[in-house]
Amino acid sequence: MKNLCHLTAYEIREGYKNRAFSVTDIAKAVVAQVEKLSPKIKAFLYFDADEILNRARDLESQAQRFEHNPMFGIPIAVKDNISIRGIPTTCGSRILEGYKPVYDASVISSLKNQGALIIGKTNMDEFAMGSSTENSAFGPTLNPWDLERVPGGSSGGSAAAVASRMVPTALGSDTGGSIRQPAAFTGILGLKCTYGLVSRYGLIAYASSLDQIGPMGRSVEDLAMCLEAISFREKRDSTSLDDPLGTKYLDNFKTNVKGLKIGVPKEFFNEGINPDMRESVYQVLKDLEALGAIVEEFSLRYISCSLPSYYIIAPAEASSNLARYDAIRYGLRVPGENIIQQYENTRGAGFGAEVKRRILLGTFVLSAGYYDAYYLKAMKVRRLIKNELTEAFRKYDFLVTPTTPTTAFKIGEKTQNPLEMYLSDICTIGVNLAGIPAISIPCGKIDDLPAGVQFMGPQFSERRLLSLSKAYLDATGHHQIIPSLLKEN
Amino acid sequence: MEFELVVGMEIHAQLRTKTKLFCGCLNRFGDAPNANTCEVCLGHPGVLPVLNTAVVEKIIKAGLALNCSIDPLSQFARKNYFYPDLPKGYQISQFELPICSGGFLEVTDADKKLKKIRLRRIHIEEDAGKLMHEGIKDGSLVDFNRAGTPLMEIVTEPDFRSVEEVYDFLTQLRQIFRYLDVCDGNMEEGSLRCEPNISIRPKNSPELGVKVELKNINSFKAARKGIEFEFARQSKILNEGEKISQETRGWDENKNESFLMRTKEEAHDYRYFPDPDLPPLRVDDEWIEKVRRTMEELPRNKKERICREFKISDNDCDVICSEKAVAEFYEQTAKACGDGKQAANWVMGDVLRVLKTGGAINTFPITPSRLSGLIKLVADGKLSSSMGRQVFETMLTSSEDASTIMLSRGLGIVSDSTAIMKTIDEVISEFPEQVQQFLSGKDKIMAFLIGQAMRKMKGKADPTVMNRLMKERIETLRGKT
Repeated sequence: MKNLCHLTAYEIREGYKNRAFSVTDIAKAVVAQVEKLSPKIKAFLYFDADEILNRARDLESQAQRFEHNPMFGIPIAVKDNISIRGIPTTCGSRILEGYKPVYDASVISSLKNQGALIIGKTNMDEFAMGSSTENSAFGPTLNPWDLERVPGGSSGGSAAAVASRMVPTALGSDTGGSIRQPAAFTGILGLKCTYGLVSRYGLIAYASSLDQIGPMGRSVEDLAMCLEAISFREKRDSTSLDDPLGTKYLDNFKTNVKGLKIGVPKEFFNEGINPDMRESVYQVLKDLEALGAIVEEFSLRYISCSLPSYYIIAPAEASSNLARYDAIRYGLRVPGENIIQQYENTRGAGFGAEVKRRILLGTFVLSAGYYDAYYLKAMKVRRLIKNELTEAFRKYDFLVTPTTPTTAFKIGEKTQNPLEMYLSDICTIGVNLAGIPAISIPCGKIDDLPAGVQFMGPQFSERRLLSLSKAYLDATGHHQIIPSLLKEN
Repeated sequence: MEFELVVGMEIHAQLRTKTKLFCGCLNRFGDAPNANTCEVCLGHPGVLPVLNTAVVEKIIKAGLALNCSIDPLSQFARKNYFYPDLPKGYQISQFELPICSGGFLEVTDADKKLKKIRLRRIHIEEDAGKLMHEGIKDGSLVDFNRAGTPLMEIVTEPDFRSVEEVYDFLTQLRQIFRYLDVCDGNMEEGSLRCEPNISIRPKNSPELGVKVELKNINSFKAARKGIEFEFARQSKILNEGEKISQETRGWDENKNESFLMRTKEEAHDYRYFPDPDLPPLRVDDEWIEKVRRTMEELPRNKKERICREFKISDNDCDVICSEKAVAEFYEQTAKACGDGKQAANWVMGDVLRVLKTGGAINTFPITPSRLSGLIKLVADGKLSSSMGRQVFETMLTSSEDASTIMLSRGLGIVSDSTAIMKTIDEVISEFPEQVQQFLSGKDKIMAFLIGQAMRKMKGKADPTVMNRLMKERIETLRGKT
């Protein structure tokens, strides 16, 4: 029998139906794989084998209750910025050391209700600020494709866990590319949903108007299954939306690509993009053309302003969102002579350099006298970017771009140069500003490192993005790539 | 130099709603510290606010009552600052786009003329928790029961020119809020807080002076004293040729003086920006109309109507309508007894007198229908007014109605002429001197004689019969002397 760890969520579901194995069998396989690879990869911040095995037994005893839930018994890892009641949740930050949420995030309640097998909390850049997990206060996660390289970030722990077959699926969050970029770096699939499709209740906020939880996995079906379980309109999140096309994402994929219009924005193929990466994506376009799509190059006027406007809006929101870590009610407390000193001591010791940098940036751009020149202008640019993308989707069904300018970079390569690090999200940020969905899927390898292609669609086009991805991956098989680290075993 | 006072007001009113502004916790005071809290109002990581629409409806009501325009689209903004009683490190408020703008309230100015005080805006915001210092060594504790409860902030234009105008404005505002059940208006308990912005300028000068914001005002009296103090302080500074600096000052109620809290340079930069967790608040005409239809009668309207319907004086009506519940009590009484004037006398006199010693009108032991029964007995001459008072006192502790008490205590009026005549004869024989004085032309003595007879009959004699018989009896004596 195939090593159970290599099964996709969809295959596990089929296996349960055929009684090929039990939830406990799967749980044991997960525990074994994590215990074997975790010392090398460091994907998890919290992992409790007993808890997982107990939960698996509980689920088995209640199997009938969950009969019709696709996520029943499916292992899913959770990024450490998503709250699970009673489980340490740090956001990769010292400031939340010792904090245990008193409530479940909406997505967690839903997964629990559907009988999913939640597997620990995955490492991330502190407060989701970063592109490599090197900003985690608890040390970086390593890329299973090359242990000297980063897995991307901020959802690097989730990506590495999925890529190294510790779990079939994981939840990540994406504010400027934090699902898609690590998915690309580790050779898996990651979906950033339409803003509002997945409730943010319980997602520890970085930049509220950009943050979205989304699924990561190794097959289109797995992403669809997971999305089905976590997307619903919810009262507790006032920005959550109903998908006008319903709540079903799994099955009924329309994989006929013939006649689909694909727009290729030139700005994503300029000199900032590694030539090999460009070639990889051009190959994707050729493959899609071969499947019958109509590919056309065009130009976006404002998209190049995505990165600068993002680095005003996101820090502005973050500076306010992170004000609550004040040592009064939970988390780290470093006492001082008076309340101001206690704030300074706690926040000085609790936050890492990148978080401090963004709090300072955000505080500055919101300050009296600077607000109009920075924050307000950035919001106007954001509107222009949103408008031009909406306009583009009148003409094209999808836009296709690289997910990242390069493949995974080396640990330490960009830590001394924040701007260089910021540029690794250059292809993904516009999507968050516009609130539209995008998916990153594997499109082959460059020097034995995975490359990712990004498909963008208009608001609520998740079904069509999944269908296009399925058509492409069925034709090319790129999602089946496996890191050599795993083959050795 | 003679100066003119210029005041603008910022008023915070705690809204009376069942639950808090952005979570389901009870909006209630007096519970154990932190009893009414949850992860949302405690600002735990990952929580999101959900707007309580009951708050919006209360503010629409207040806005309509104060002639504001209710804006179809308003926006929530974050006001960022650090303080231990502020769980999120920011307060959700409204900044650029408040829910109500414009509006006015008419006050009586120094010349007894009506004057419009213009409102700039009304907006929604959340309150903070409370720090507790007393009896705690090494630090303070925080009670978050108040954190996240709804507040309404009203900002006026600098239209006040005297403390009397301010006082009238606050009185009316509180009355309106109580009538609409928007806020209980208790300044001492902090449910209504005001911060006057005070400046002065030479009389007839068109330009505004430098303003000083005054905080810690805990009563109407403090508002008056604080403004008067500032007027004097600022006048002195200008008269000495110095300049007023823009600053925030606090009012010290014990010392009766203001003190410097912070200068303009020390003012916070709150870094307001639209709250990304809350979509713009949309209020359409339909919603406004729905609120308008279910809105309680405003004090001014109620007063006019009661004046007209029950034909009582303006002054009486002012007293009766100062509290909505009293006005309602009066109306029910007046309707039931059919005599507005008498009902007014009883409510303003006896009912309010008893209430002054404690208790609320809603739980007043004598219901309007019982009181109206008493009023009718007096009006029909079955009970003298002094006997009526005795019955009233009994009714305070008894659940019986007025006529039952009257009968069981034998308090009814005696109009039987034989009994009255008998008493008159007694009086005449007891006070022969006074009778002689009357007969010799001292008319006023009649009242004394009637008083004596009344006293003998414990006030129960029908006064008309008594008057008539006494006169007749004495006249019969005139011929005999």
